[in-house]
Amino acid sequence: MSNTDFVLAVEDLTVSFDGFKAIDSLNLYVDRGELRVVIGPNGAGKTTLLDLICGKTKASAGSIKFKNQEMTRLPEHMIVRAGIGRKFQTPSIYENLSVFKNLEVSFPRGRGVFGALGFKCDDAVKAKVDEVAGMIGLADRLDLEAGLLSHGQKQWLEIGMLLMQDPELLMLDEPIAGMSARERELTADLLNRICQNRSVIVIEHDMDFVARIAHKVTVMHQGKILAEGSMDKVQSDPKVIDVYLGH
Amino acid sequence: MDAIKTWLGRSGLASIAILAVLLLVVFPLAMDTFRLNLVGKYLTYGFVAIGLVMLWGYGGVLSLGQGVFFGLGGYAMAMFLKLEASDPESTKIQSTPGIPDFMDWNQLTELPLWWEPFNSFGFTLFAVVAVPVLLAFSISYAMFKRRVGGVYFAIITQAVALILTVLIIGQQGYTGGVNGMTDLKTLMGWDIRTDEAKTLLYFLTAALLLGAILLCRWIQLSKLGTLLLAMRDKEDRVRFSGYDVSMFKVFAFCLAAALSAIGGAMFTLQVGFMSPSFVGIVPSIEMVIFAAVGGRMSLVGAVYGALLVNFGKTYFSETFPDLWLFLMAALFIGVVMAFPNGLAGLYESHVKPWLARRKQAPAGSGGEPPSASTAPAAPTVPHTTTSSAAAPAADIHLGAKVSSQSA
Repeated sequence: MSNTDFVLAVEDLTVSFDGFKAIDSLNLYVDRGELRVVIGPNGAGKTTLLDLICGKTKASAGSIKFKNQEMTRLPEHMIVRAGIGRKFQTPSIYENLSVFKNLEVSFPRGRGVFGALGFKCDDAVKAKVDEVAGMIGLADRLDLEAGLLSHGQKQWLEIGMLLMQDPELLMLDEPIAGMSARERELTADLLNRICQNRSVIVIEHDMDFVARIAHKVTVMHQGKILAEGSMDKVQSDPKVIDVYLGH
Repeated sequence: MDAIKTWLGRSGLASIAILAVLLLVVFPLAMDTFRLNLVGKYLTYGFVAIGLVMLWGYGGVLSLGQGVFFGLGGYAMAMFLKLEASDPESTKIQSTPGIPDFMDWNQLTELPLWWEPFNSFGFTLFAVVAVPVLLAFSISYAMFKRRVGGVYFAIITQAVALILTVLIIGQQGYTGGVNGMTDLKTLMGWDIRTDEAKTLLYFLTAALLLGAILLCRWIQLSKLGTLLLAMRDKEDRVRFSGYDVSMFKVFAFCLAAALSAIGGAMFTLQVGFMSPSFVGIVPSIEMVIFAAVGGRMSLVGAVYGALLVNFGKTYFSETFPDLWLFLMAALFIGVVMAFPNGLAGLYESHVKPWLARRKQAPAGSGGEPPSASTAPAAPTVPHTTTSSAAAPAADIHLGAKVSSQSA
């Protein structure tokens, strides 16, 4: 497959579980600096798509190119090191560690066994932690045990842990699930800010939220792409209304 | 002064210092050589127990085969001592003088090639650590790269313990079989059976153990220690933060193996023999009990666990020889059910708050600065706060493979 200018180029991607094709010959292209939202009914394969891109699930066929580098055969940690960050659906943070430690551990240095032994939390690390903590609104919670944060704060913390690594592609699986209206607003602002210098893929159901953040929307259905384009275009697409948005 | 107190408390050095005083001053003053030698023997299990704290408590990987590494370290040391004890002069009644007696009994007429390097003490010291670590690396690399973990890994380590026992017993001519290697006398001409030697070996064991605890404490406080805890909590999050999770588990397993092996070598030196009865499944499980009783999150606690359980074992097995195994099992089940973080956990959740209350009472009238209560004084268990202290018995990280994502 030819090289492209896209930060992420997914082509003919297929994965089948015991014959069931969760993703079926899917093509997806994401631009640099783009915030893409993926929507679709339950079971459409949205989370599976993210799993495939970040290596959690191995593809049966097809290619995933990140900055023209093939990702399908790399182990997960190498995909992360290439610059792809993934946030899970349920907040996945280290509950017993402080907020500071959660962020510090995510700093992309000392990733080998002996690198980790010799890792020093120097000023560069502290500065980065402070910067990220400021972005996610947890600057005054650094010493708090992460398990004591509210649900929304946990979601932000996990986003912050990804920002520590400065990924070029950030994938967020339902980042506002379980958040209050106020928290949703803050999250939308946060996402609009962090996509300034990186690409972001978001899976989301809340259409108001999608409208606030999306540059482009991809609608998935039964492992395939049903429609793609601006929010208005997608919302008026009869196929999308039929399977997802409802009449 | 308060700064020092805080630092001691946070780094856990205070509790290590108390243990050091106990081992290096109190025990030698209070006990005769026989008892001290017994404690020295128990302390060699302390190495295994702190290894398990790193592997099981921090890494969340339960190994039921630490006897393998204890045994390999012990056997490596025993091979050197046995060769020294088998000089042609003292073995002249054998049909082939100059080889270990059990080889002669098994019709071997010359020293096997792989025994030769064990004539060198330097090589032996190297082999004590290197052989177990190499084995640990091969097992754990093969398993963890394939994402085998939890119960399955524990069963495999147990199988390895069984295999090694069968191998040692079966290869009698090379290993001394079921009797093990006995009649070990001198270490480079120094008689290890005298009282002075035993006392000296006790101090050496205690010093090495304290050094090992400091090393482990340093690892716990490094980023690697944080990562081990993080992996235990949310393995996928660590993996998707760019870390090769399997290599960290391999490291923890190799570290635990190396510590166990050093313990095994010190055991051989102090007890004067090594046999398959310290290698198999039962001793390996006992070693897990030491760590469980002492507290699998506390290095110092694990050493107390090893001491207490072994004292108990010696006492009960003499008093109620038939009941001992049942008592041991009851102890293990009871500890895991009632206080999953062992004695150290009990100290954290009950004794320390009580001490703090007592301290606070006079502080109000005596004008003690309140810094003592604000300092995060967590001598040994920095991360076990309410959430893990209240962990149910099922949470002993047998199969606690945390799935951080729903489908």
